[in-house]
Parts: sequence; structure tokens; C-alpha cells
Amino acid sequence: MTPDQLSSYLVIGAILFALGLFTVLTRRNAISVLMGVELILNSANVNYVAFSHFSSGNQAGQIYAIFVIMLAAAEAAVGLAIVLAIFQLFHTIDVEAAETLKG
Amino acid sequence: MDLSTAVFYLVCLITVISAGMVALSRNIIYSAFSLLGTFMGVAGLYIFLGADFVAAVQLLIYVGGILVLILFAVMLTHRITDVEITNRAAGRVPALILIGVFIVLLIQTVRETPWIKANEVVHAPTTAKIGDAFLYEYLLPFELASLVLLGAMIGAVVLSRKEIKE
Repeated sequence: MTPDQLSSYLVIGAILFALGLFTVLTRRNAISVLMGVELILNSANVNYVAFSHFSSGNQAGQIYAIFVIMLAAAEAAVGLAIVLAIFQLFHTIDVEAAETLKG
Repeated sequence: MDLSTAVFYLVCLITVISAGMVALSRNIIYSAFSLLGTFMGVAGLYIFLGADFVAAVQLLIYVGGILVLILFAVMLTHRITDVEITNRAAGRVPALILIGVFIVLLIQTVRETPWIKANEVVHAPTTAKIGDAFLYEYLLPFELASLVLLGAMIGAVVLSRKEIKE
């Protein structure tokens, strides 16, 4: 684990991904689930930038990371708007409460 | 151990501990504020990887935009006093087992795969190169990205406005 090894960054990315997946799996609050998704996207970005730095030697990975950040911003805006709409309708943001479509 | 290695360990520690607090904290406000530590730590990792522009973008968009949005959503949607009800977690034990197996597999893969190494690792300013790439090689995705952002903006406005019934 030193700053000039690829594997240390990949391990950090793996830990971030696992914690994000844990958040998405266990939380019942829709905003917490969105936070978990942000963690997962960040871990993917760490991997992109690490491979761009150590393996490819060009900037393609960094450009992909910027696109992922951009899509994360769009996802957060739309996701939180949906959460607010659900809250106005059901007065809760428990993801198990919003089950009107369930037959 | 020199100074940069010590700073690297500090950044890793901040990232992992605050990500753990996001996943495990009982209070959603603490979760949201720990996300700040994770985003800052990841920006620090980008700086160690020689990606100065991506680190700046991370700070501007994640810390300045997404985190503020999440905090606003937390404030708007729940009564802060009864956090026990609003930040409930379910099925922790099976999820923990699943995640444990998963992370062992991932770290095993990271350690055993012979990754391709570049001939030389450079630390140089990247902003000019990224700008060139956006305007030549990645022009179409760049323009599509602006369309996606416009669509997301209109969608968010349509979804979150109040409907007035006549």
C-alpha cells in the first residue's frame, strides 16, 4: 500500500464499492440509497483515473470519469426530485411504502 | 516513511472511515455529512493520481452540487427528530456476509491479476489536454452530455413542482 502502486487505489475502490453496495442493500430510506449509489459511482471513478494514470498513459480514463461525474449530477437531480414527489404523495420516503403498483 | 506516503495513508483513512459512516450511521444527517469526507478523500486520491482537473471537478460538482442537493432533500423530507424511523436499515447480516465474500474476491483479483503497466508514469498538468480531447475526439459525447443535462433539468422541474388542481 504505497501511493505509487496501482493495486492500492484498486483496493480503495473495491472498499468504496462494497460499502456503497451495502448502503444500497440495507437502507430503507430513499435518500440513503441515493448516497450509496454516489459511493459506487465514486469507486468506479477512482478505478478509471487509476488505470488512466498507471496503465494507459493518456487522458481517456479521466475524460470518462468527468462524464460519470456529469451523469451522477443528472441522476442526483432527477432522483431527488422523484423522492420529493413520493414524499408529497405518501408522506414517507421509505422505499417499501411506495408499492402502489404492486398487484 | 516520507511525508507524501503519510498524507496518502491519511487520505485513504478519511475516505474509508467516512464511507463506512455513510453505510452504518444511524442518523441520516451524519450519513450526509460523512459523504463530504468521502468526496474530499476521493478528490485527494485524484491529486495523488496526477488528475488535477478531475479533482477540481469532483470538488465543484460533488461537494458543491450533489452534496448540497442531498442535504436539502434530507431537510425537506423528514422530521429530523425521529431519525430512528427515517433511517431504518434492514437485512444487515445477510448483506454483511454477501459484501464480505464480495470484497475478499475483489481484493484477491486485484492482487493476482498482472495489470498492464505504462512505460512511464507522468505527473503533468492535464487541463489543456482534456479540453482538446473534449473539442476534437469526444465532441459528440460532449454535446450529448449537454442534452442529457438539459433533459435532467427539465425532468427535475416537472417532477418536483406542485400540481394545482382546478
